[in-house]
Amino acid sequence: MTIGSEGRYSYDGVVITAPVSIPYQRYSPKPAHWWLGQVLSELGLKANLKPSNVDGLCASSFTLFPDTAVGLTQHFGLTLSWLDHIPVGGACGVVALRRAARAVQSGDANIVACIAGDTNHVDSFRSMLSSFSQFSQDAAYPYGSGGPNASFALITAYHMEQFGSKAEDFGKICVAQRDNALQYANGLMKSSLSLDQYLDARLIADPLRLYDCVMPCAGGEGFLVMRESEAVALNLPYANILSTIERHNAFPDDPVQFRGGWALDVDEFWRMAGIAPNDVDLLQTYDDYPVISLMQIEDLGFCEKGQVSDFVAANTFTNEGSFPHNTSGGQLSVGQAGAAGGYLGLVEALRQVTGQATDNAVQDANIAAVSGFGMINFDRGLCSGAAVLQGAA
Amino acid sequence: MTEAMAQPAKRNPQKRAVLPTLPPFSRSRQALTFSSRAAEGRLCLQVCGSCETVVYPAREICPKCWCSALIWTDIADGGRLIAETVLRTSINTYFRERMPWRVGTVEMDAGPTALMHLHGDVEHGAQVKIIARTDKSGQGVLFALPKMETPNMADDRQLRALTCDPKFRRALVTDGRSAIGQATVRALSAAGATQIFVGVAEQWRPFEGAAELAAMPKVEILPLDVTDTDSVNELVGEIGGRTDILINTTEHVRPGASMERNNVLIAREEMETNYFGLMRLIQAFGPALRARGADGDNSACAWVNLLSVYALSNWPTFGTTSASQAAAFSLSQCLRGEFAGSGVKVINILTGPTEDAWHQPLPAPKVTAEGIAKAIVRSLQQGIETMALGAVAEDVLARWREDPTVLERELTQVAAGASR
Repeated sequence: MTIGSEGRYSYDGVVITAPVSIPYQRYSPKPAHWWLGQVLSELGLKANLKPSNVDGLCASSFTLFPDTAVGLTQHFGLTLSWLDHIPVGGACGVVALRRAARAVQSGDANIVACIAGDTNHVDSFRSMLSSFSQFSQDAAYPYGSGGPNASFALITAYHMEQFGSKAEDFGKICVAQRDNALQYANGLMKSSLSLDQYLDARLIADPLRLYDCVMPCAGGEGFLVMRESEAVALNLPYANILSTIERHNAFPDDPVQFRGGWALDVDEFWRMAGIAPNDVDLLQTYDDYPVISLMQIEDLGFCEKGQVSDFVAANTFTNEGSFPHNTSGGQLSVGQAGAAGGYLGLVEALRQVTGQATDNAVQDANIAAVSGFGMINFDRGLCSGAAVLQGAA
Repeated sequence: MTEAMAQPAKRNPQKRAVLPTLPPFSRSRQALTFSSRAAEGRLCLQVCGSCETVVYPAREICPKCWCSALIWTDIADGGRLIAETVLRTSINTYFRERMPWRVGTVEMDAGPTALMHLHGDVEHGAQVKIIARTDKSGQGVLFALPKMETPNMADDRQLRALTCDPKFRRALVTDGRSAIGQATVRALSAAGATQIFVGVAEQWRPFEGAAELAAMPKVEILPLDVTDTDSVNELVGEIGGRTDILINTTEHVRPGASMERNNVLIAREEMETNYFGLMRLIQAFGPALRARGADGDNSACAWVNLLSVYALSNWPTFGTTSASQAAAFSLSQCLRGEFAGSGVKVINILTGPTEDAWHQPLPAPKVTAEGIAKAIVRSLQQGIETMALGAVAEDVLARWREDPTVLERELTQVAAGASR
């Protein structure tokens, strides 16, 4: 265990392993407990673990009410020395990884199952949005009840005006992700998408059009965190954690969100990883709307703020492209399964760098950057995080 | 530019009336303070008592200095629109029925940025004038108007959802015999009301202004005696389904406290008109208005009560009248509860002494009939639920808000009323 240049301990000796994704469904009559249970069950099969082998659990879900992670211990027959419930939405994958890795590193737990999952009943989305947070209830929801579409329409409009992003840039990202999704078995979107289709789609909240928006659905994702020696003993392919960052409520005085916490932590992020942005083989951004993916590309240092339109023009984002991005299709093409959306990119990156991706594998993928973004509490996403994973040779 | 609104078409009586749906009504308790100020037409936000930061959305401590003294304060109404969108889908049925809907982010001169409903004439990047009003669910919302008045500004669809504009609506004024009632009819006519029903009790008895009233276009004089249940019920049978705004100007005012009378006869007459009269009107017209709260561009939208400001705290000079006014004020609160969810607003106009025979010996300032009529129409046009009219009423209301128990001492101390 070494202390890095930032005064932070490295994650040496702790690894992430056993990527699990449960195929998504548009609507599900099953409760969140079922989806989380499927993830846990798959993790057990994958790593050959019984309930008694797991002593740490980290769960994220929006639809688990009235339960929290505590109730899951009894539900799933777990006797734990370490438990966490992480309600940071789209940042929950990276944040769970950070928490679990330190728990294992310190010896508070040996094997931590990190799981996220949500159900989607016919009226789940409306009822979740109408009571999402006090600020949104007081100051956002009464203004047209557009939900995240409204918030991101304003963020997108502002970014286009101030930083020169264009509808064609968003479209290129969405189209490439759809191409990637067609190689990935678990996605909800099964038909191809062209740039013309993207640009001609109906308006949802100007300037957002239909294919800028994710489809809420049910699904689950998970992974395990353990000591490297344990993964070797279990014969599991794994990845090392080179770097992580996490930030909440960065830049509170920006009038409209044009950057996330990554911009505050980007230098530390790459210094801790010991690599530069162009050393990564693929990037998984949190993509509930394409503008946020572009913001992460800027704020994580892949290009300068205000240059992202040129960056998009100069690159291709498919799995065979110059800049493989959201290699399973991201939420835009796989679906947004609540809190599982915060795991989707991380789990997919883990598959890629451990050689477990199949039809959508990026050739020779070894290092992945993963980014998370979550919780429109009022007018902006409050939580950001990122991690660099490197597959063990 | 806002297109001038056209006269709404007549409703097809064979079609089912549109049931009222509501914008979201859940709020934190702090946000209810914002709503109560918005109901008065005031733009108030929390201001930190220590570092003076203007705080939005409502909080429990200041996010800049952690001071817990956040004081609701009237703030500057300027701002600039920095991002906007037109919503084409909504998960809320009320908005879904009214798509598209324009909202935007306004950087307020006072400091915070906020999401607001946008008037159609607000241009991208432009300076705006911010107002706070109650919406159809009765909760306060922010609305950005163009900084300068534009043609047909009040006809904006999203703004009209917050106001009770008499334009193209049909109103009932309950007392055509009084100068106040007649002035109100004239003001409604000037404001573009489609039709004005005027109640007159004991029509055989002549009254000043009768000929002028009868000669006014769009005016229909009908028998109405609010102290007679049959009279009220007959009238609602005739015009209940066509009344979009009800303005109760009927009042019975007599000077005097309890001990200046030997019996309860006068007090009973006061109650009969001011309290039971209001209740008869509510029982007859309330259900009719409530059912038509979402009935298109000329839906039922408002119930206006003309009340003495001494409904809030008794003034012994008009002691028993004050008591009947207090009863009426309390009933107006009950009515607000009964109208909740219907989209019909209860508007209370609070006045001090008026220019009439019963207040003749009192010194100025006094409120004129024209002043009251103007205030009624202004409150409707602006969608304001509580308005104090004139210097006396404003003064009493301000003192009442500051501390009702101190106001009670002020109004009842020795020689109280000598100055009024």
